[in-house]
Amino acid sequence: MHMGNALLFILLAPIVGGLVAGIDRKITARMQGRVGPPLLQPFYDVGKLFEKEQILVTPSQNFYITSYLVFIVVSGGLFFAGGDILLVIFAFTLAHIFLVLGAYSSYSPYSFIGAERELIQIIAYEPMIILSAVGMYMVTRSFYVADIMAAEFPLIYYLPGIFIGFLMVLTIKLRKSPFDLSTSHHAHQEIVKGVTTEFSGPMFGLVELAHWYENVFLLGFIYLFFAWNPLIAIGALAIVYFAEIVIDNTFSRVTWQLTLKSSWIIAGFMGLANLGILYYLSAVVPL
Amino acid sequence: MSSLSRSPWLIHYDASSCNGCDIEVLACLSPLYDVERFGIINTGNPKHADVLVITGGINEQNREVVRNIYDQMPSPKVVVAVGICACTGGVFRECYNVVGGIDRVIPVDVYVPGCAARPESIIDGIVRALSILEEKKAEMEKQGGKGRAGSPVGGGQ
Repeated sequence: MHMGNALLFILLAPIVGGLVAGIDRKITARMQGRVGPPLLQPFYDVGKLFEKEQILVTPSQNFYITSYLVFIVVSGGLFFAGGDILLVIFAFTLAHIFLVLGAYSSYSPYSFIGAERELIQIIAYEPMIILSAVGMYMVTRSFYVADIMAAEFPLIYYLPGIFIGFLMVLTIKLRKSPFDLSTSHHAHQEIVKGVTTEFSGPMFGLVELAHWYENVFLLGFIYLFFAWNPLIAIGALAIVYFAEIVIDNTFSRVTWQLTLKSSWIIAGFMGLANLGILYYLSAVVPL
Repeated sequence: MSSLSRSPWLIHYDASSCNGCDIEVLACLSPLYDVERFGIINTGNPKHADVLVITGGINEQNREVVRNIYDQMPSPKVVVAVGICACTGGVFRECYNVVGGIDRVIPVDVYVPGCAARPESIIDGIVRALSILEEKKAEMEKQGGKGRAGSPVGGGQ
């Protein structure tokens, strides 16, 4: 375990996450023929939220949202420290359960619908994330991120199906169209703000901060597929994120039924087929 | 300039306007005027908003709604009355069901006249509101305390 990396993640992830969000908004604006906000706009936004008055709909909101942030940081920290990827995934899921509980803690119909949709999204992406961990284990024979990172061959050669499946759920996790059901990172009206409806001021700032941590963690997960060559890995991250922005700007929002179906079908076909072929190959030619 | 005035999120409410001013408000969000240049975002949620952009002269039906939206916004907050109806009631001032101006119900910080108000003057009004927002923040800090005991809406568990 490299505790230094975990510390670096805790300190630097908000900066990287905020900058990525700023670049995202700038590129999105250019795609829509607008000038767009300054690059540092996400930092102004979160800074502003911490300057605002704190209105609590219910005191338990504080606990749930703080737990959400803490467990996102724990899962990201464990990941970058090279810890057990299964533990990382469990902590990551638990964090989102706290977000759902936070949304359920107020009597607001928008918040409730957001919480329900967030649960459906968790159900939609969870199998694929676990399949990714299993795939990485089958190739590297280890669940530890440090060992997966140290692999001297590109994981993407062995796990192309898993990678495509992971990109699918990445769109859900980055809260981008067509899967931004429970809440969206764009300005939207009522229902699409979903889980965040009842959070205001500093509490909402913590949600944004947690989202930045989360995005950096997810980019780290993609890095694993290309970890044998850092330069190619960073190039791949840039291409993947740009593709996500294009998808965000070209597709309209789909229903939760289609979200659930499509992500499970992709996880089933791409993920399980990839694992099956890998299993067969490992029986014929040892990796 | 603090981050407060660099990131004004606004909520737009139509308090019985004829829709003329509302179309001009929405025009500000179009690529031609692109208010996101100033960090302005049109949110649909009063709990996320800093600026209440409101059109129309308020009638007896939505008086409570306006009050409710205003109360749900966390301080510091400003109100921009857009269009002559929002400023004074305009041609509807004498109607039996029209309250006649936003400032009869909630405190207004900036008046943007016009029928309909031009997008340029709406943007100008919102940018002027930002300096008032800063003043209110300074005042809030002087009084101390950021929390609000209890909330006017919603329940708890």
